[in-house]
Amino acid sequence: MEMAYLIETVIKIVVILLIFSALAGIGTYFERKVLAFMQRRLGPMNVGPFGLLQVAADGVKLFTKEDIVPANVVARVFKIAPVITAATAFMAAAAIPFLPSFTLFGYEVHPIVADINIGILYILGIMGVGLYGPLLAGMASANKFSLLSAARGAAVFISYEVITGLSILAPIMMVGSLSLIDFNAYQAGGITSWILWSQPVAFVLFWIAAFAETGRTPFHLIANDHEIIDGFGTEYSGMRWGLFFIGEYANMFFISFVISILFLGGYGDGSFLGALGLLGKVAFFFFFFLWTRAAWPDVRPDQLMWLCWKVLMPIAVLNILITAIVMM
Amino acid sequence: MHIEHIDEHFNNRNVTEMNSDYYLVGIEDYPTDNWGRFKRVIKRSFRGELFVGLWVVMREMIRFDIHTVKYPEEKMPIGPRYRAIHQMKRLWESDTERCIGCGLCEKICISNCIRIETKLDASSRKEVSEYSINLGRCIFCGYCAEVCPELAITHGGEYENASDQREHFTMYQDMLTPLDMMRAGTQLEFEGFGSITPHEDERVKKTPLAY
Repeated sequence: MEMAYLIETVIKIVVILLIFSALAGIGTYFERKVLAFMQRRLGPMNVGPFGLLQVAADGVKLFTKEDIVPANVVARVFKIAPVITAATAFMAAAAIPFLPSFTLFGYEVHPIVADINIGILYILGIMGVGLYGPLLAGMASANKFSLLSAARGAAVFISYEVITGLSILAPIMMVGSLSLIDFNAYQAGGITSWILWSQPVAFVLFWIAAFAETGRTPFHLIANDHEIIDGFGTEYSGMRWGLFFIGEYANMFFISFVISILFLGGYGDGSFLGALGLLGKVAFFFFFFLWTRAAWPDVRPDQLMWLCWKVLMPIAVLNILITAIVMM
Repeated sequence: MHIEHIDEHFNNRNVTEMNSDYYLVGIEDYPTDNWGRFKRVIKRSFRGELFVGLWVVMREMIRFDIHTVKYPEEKMPIGPRYRAIHQMKRLWESDTERCIGCGLCEKICISNCIRIETKLDASSRKEVSEYSINLGRCIFCGYCAEVCPELAITHGGEYENASDQREHFTMYQDMLTPLDMMRAGTQLEFEGFGSITPHEDERVKKTPLAY
């Protein structure tokens, strides 16, 4: 029994790792294509049909590039920082139910690595740890632009974790559980029972904070766009830099799953249609990340802080208060 | 030629006229008190400009009006006055080379990239024995084509002359119009820098040298 459980868990972990590493690569392809189409370009076209093999070409390039550790960097920290980013992104996936449970060869499979009863808390915590990737990378790089970007990134991450936590508190009060499975069961009654309708403010706040947590475009302050420098990843090359990338894209996928499960009903009643629905919602949220990148400019760091502490946090606190009063 | 470009439409840039194409953007005064600033925040937050931006890029994606030129397969048309790699023309009547070896192009070349050597041939006519242009130095200014009295050296439209070495010479024989092109009558006259204007022969009554 114990052995079977162990083997099952290891298989799940490997499958999730492989699928989401591949999805991170394909995500870069979709990002390039969608951005290109929105800017009336064609995007990658020459490698493979419709440029589909561009991902493979990029992978080969990243793996075979020279691995440079520049002079004056703190080598050990420098080397471990990208691993932290990628690892925390994948660790957060442990508590996410990707699909409803299904039967495979007469064996019931739950597509969640660890159905812990504090799933949301765990995900938020691991995302908080994910901050150490950019922060340590910037501090160890011996490059003042990397350091600036890391400082900005840390400020943004820490500020917006407040928004994430506060905005999610009201739905948690309604559901009475921190497990994503319980959230899904709470909304199993179809579209009308989605938490989106009872907590629209929390949904919007969490969505906004998701952009800051993943460092995507309206809040893409971890790259020094105004100095035309990449930010904390400036000194990285080859697969170390690729790990940052995989971490970012895996994070985008996982946060899309979390939003869909928390607010949009997840996989619903667990039918095949529900599973497809979950994948559709995730695809929409992932597409929205790319869509905003084509449409919106970045905000200034001070505007971002202003938005966080003077607008979003009061709204989140008010939302909790009102929810509590209504629930009483 | 391109006379029709002269009556091109210009924007009326006079902002003081009522019916000009330009207008002043209405910019409100900045709010000075906190209540005004708060109202501005509310107005900006709920005006929905973010969704306008989203709609614009989505519209372009759905319309799928791609402007990319897939360069090696597709090429943009270039203008007739484009100054790319030089060409040496032949006379229409006799297929002989137009170049008389006067050396003016070598003399005027400001980057010193043209090298011409001449000798007298069997019938005591001047003949070009060596002619080369160092394309690594040529700045494609067009002076050589302009100064040429015989319309012999002109510019062509061949612009794909990337090379793996800096000194990339082009020789006289490579620039010269091939004889089979002359027989097919496909030699193109250059319309650009230094060429004569069309119908010039109707306007010139008498050759200045016909004394």
